[in-house]
Amino acid sequence: MSSNLAIERDNIRKLFPDTFKQARKSRLKGQIIFFLIILYLIIGFFTLDVVDIPKKWKPQNAAMFILDTYAHKDHVTMKWENHDDIKIAFEGNYRSVYGRDNLDKSIPDWFYKNSDNVGNVVEFNNKGKAILYKDKVEIVNFPKYERDFTIKLNSNGKPYLVGSEDLVIEDLKGFRITENRVEFRPTLYERIQVYPKKVEIHRYSIGWKYFWFDFSSPLEPYTFFEALGLTFSNERVVPEMSNLKLFFTEIKDNDAFMHGRVWWAMLETIVMAVLGTMFATVMALPLSFLAAYNVTPIKTLRFMLRRLFDTLRGIDFLIWSLIFLRAFGPGPFTGIFAIGFTDTGTLGKLYSEAIENTEKKQQEGVQSTGANKFLQHRFGIIPQILPIFVSQSLYYLESNTRGAVIIGAMGAGGIGLQFLGALATGNDFENVAYMAILVLAVVIFMDRLSAWLRRILIGSDQLIVR
Amino acid sequence: MSKALPANLEQIEVNLKKLTNQRTRSSLLGIAILILIFFGGTLVSLEANAGSFGRGIANFFNYPRDLFVDTFEMGWKYWPRVIKYIPELIITLNIALFSTFIGFILAIIFAIFSSRNLIRNKRVIQFTKFLMDVTRSFPTLIIAMVFLYLMGKSSLPAVIAITIHTAGALGKLFTEAIENCDGKPIEGLSSVGATWTQKIRFSVLPQVLPLFLSYGILRLEINVRESTILGFVGAGGIGEMLAALIQWNYGADVLACMFLLVGTIIALDYLSAYWRHKLIGVNQ
Repeated sequence: MSSNLAIERDNIRKLFPDTFKQARKSRLKGQIIFFLIILYLIIGFFTLDVVDIPKKWKPQNAAMFILDTYAHKDHVTMKWENHDDIKIAFEGNYRSVYGRDNLDKSIPDWFYKNSDNVGNVVEFNNKGKAILYKDKVEIVNFPKYERDFTIKLNSNGKPYLVGSEDLVIEDLKGFRITENRVEFRPTLYERIQVYPKKVEIHRYSIGWKYFWFDFSSPLEPYTFFEALGLTFSNERVVPEMSNLKLFFTEIKDNDAFMHGRVWWAMLETIVMAVLGTMFATVMALPLSFLAAYNVTPIKTLRFMLRRLFDTLRGIDFLIWSLIFLRAFGPGPFTGIFAIGFTDTGTLGKLYSEAIENTEKKQQEGVQSTGANKFLQHRFGIIPQILPIFVSQSLYYLESNTRGAVIIGAMGAGGIGLQFLGALATGNDFENVAYMAILVLAVVIFMDRLSAWLRRILIGSDQLIVR
Repeated sequence: MSKALPANLEQIEVNLKKLTNQRTRSSLLGIAILILIFFGGTLVSLEANAGSFGRGIANFFNYPRDLFVDTFEMGWKYWPRVIKYIPELIITLNIALFSTFIGFILAIIFAIFSSRNLIRNKRVIQFTKFLMDVTRSFPTLIIAMVFLYLMGKSSLPAVIAITIHTAGALGKLFTEAIENCDGKPIEGLSSVGATWTQKIRFSVLPQVLPLFLSYGILRLEINVRESTILGFVGAGGIGEMLAALIQWNYGADVLACMFLLVGTIIALDYLSAYWRHKLIGVNQ
């Protein structure tokens, strides 16, 4: 059987030698291209420092970043010289201190007096405790640790771990001891630091606290739905305004998540994308007719318009936004015009190609009734290209939303700039995550909206290209 | 037959009128919504913009004029300047090319696992589609900013961000291409007992590879723009140089960078149109 096949193959080879030679040639070409690509990838690998990823990738930083995007922490601070005044602050912010008279914010229930009535206890979520005394810190009850620990100050005023000589390495896991600091961090969620001057404890909990109402809000004691229920009640929470108004102003003016500002910025970004796309569509529509050979007989005009489209498109929206940023200053106009100018080029090119690809017969049919040129285009061409126009404009709407975020980050404002700001502060990662999710949601929404509109207007959500 | 005609005509008239009315109504509604969006958007823009619209229009030509004046003052000394920035341009191109390659490979893997005609398991398809949706929807800038923050200044964050975005964006297009390809070669290979990988290698890939390459080339063009923008926020290359030059107000150098960029993009535009034309015969 196999020998038969082999003979057959040889026969075929003899019959059509040219075909086989060509096949071998093209295969060789493919192999060379493959080899070149591999070569380039190796070069790129080294020139772009991909090898450095493990070196640059600091898992500790990344873990802290991720931790802060979904968790919040409370700081407990005790100064040795003034050990009665223990400060508990949300995220260490001096404006969000528990137990201050003016704020009427009671001490959280994980902070209480020890049973000996001397020490103060900070209880973590894993039931481990840190007990603060005027001269020492006791760490007790931590799961996975067999024994308790005590940290004291020595005669030089430096912190040290009592009895650390007797400890086995197993027990010392989680401790980091330097000359001026003893740190205990068994997991990411508990952190106890003892310095010569003070003790600082970070207690992490999961979730976005104060997402709806911020720390000092009168509605903070209530959950979102309780507060929503309060808007139907007659008793005012604060005498100055109605509950409904309070509800919305408190959410809008939230200090931590800044809903009002973020949503306004989001609106700016959406406006940039939508108006930019509208602007481009309106500009490209007449120009594309002038650039199509079956509508415009003047060759020079067509050529010039084609080059105009190329230039508008070639000057990337990055450069357009730089120019408009100088003219209009930060704000949506910059984004609208940058997107509009770039997309006038893109859409103009696509539209004019669509016009050139239209069926000639319909136009001839209209012509046969004695209609003039304008009517021929109106009834011969426009009905054919309208679905393509709509489809392409809507298709660009989604990518322009992403573009508007980027233009915003380069200085035009909107959610892009807010995002950069939150990232630059270096500790508001929950805001970074919030805005990233918001952007993601809006982009996906625009994508779905444009697909839905294309479906109901044209009957197909695929991009029509002819 | 001839008797029934007048009645039919009347019916047609009525139907036509109904249809026309309906169309006019929905067109008017659409136009009204568009006008509403336009005015609403304009109000938001006027409220949010730092400078006024009129002054902006008046100032529009100032900056380009300054740039050109700066350039003309330099005379012939200008050209060495342009050449000076070519290495920066090469960094940007390198970022784009490398991440397009890696993203292209990832996209093929994504596409194979999200095509209904290749994978039977619905869960796998849904999961891959979701993954592609997420990777595609994040603006590259946001991914790059986060990685820039975590890894410090270098080109790597740009590579990572563009690769992720490319994988999602190309993956979606590739999936459509695979799902629309002719099923008969697959059946033919099944009939001779080909394995799953053999089917993909000998029936699907030959059909879709030209289309894949065409999309890939188009993506490369987009990625060059993207890597310039990411350079602008600190990922290196000509974008970063441009940002610095703008801050220092070196008009002539800014224009040199802009010329290099625009020239590259237009050249790539033509090149990619030419390649794609050769690959798939039509200009998509």
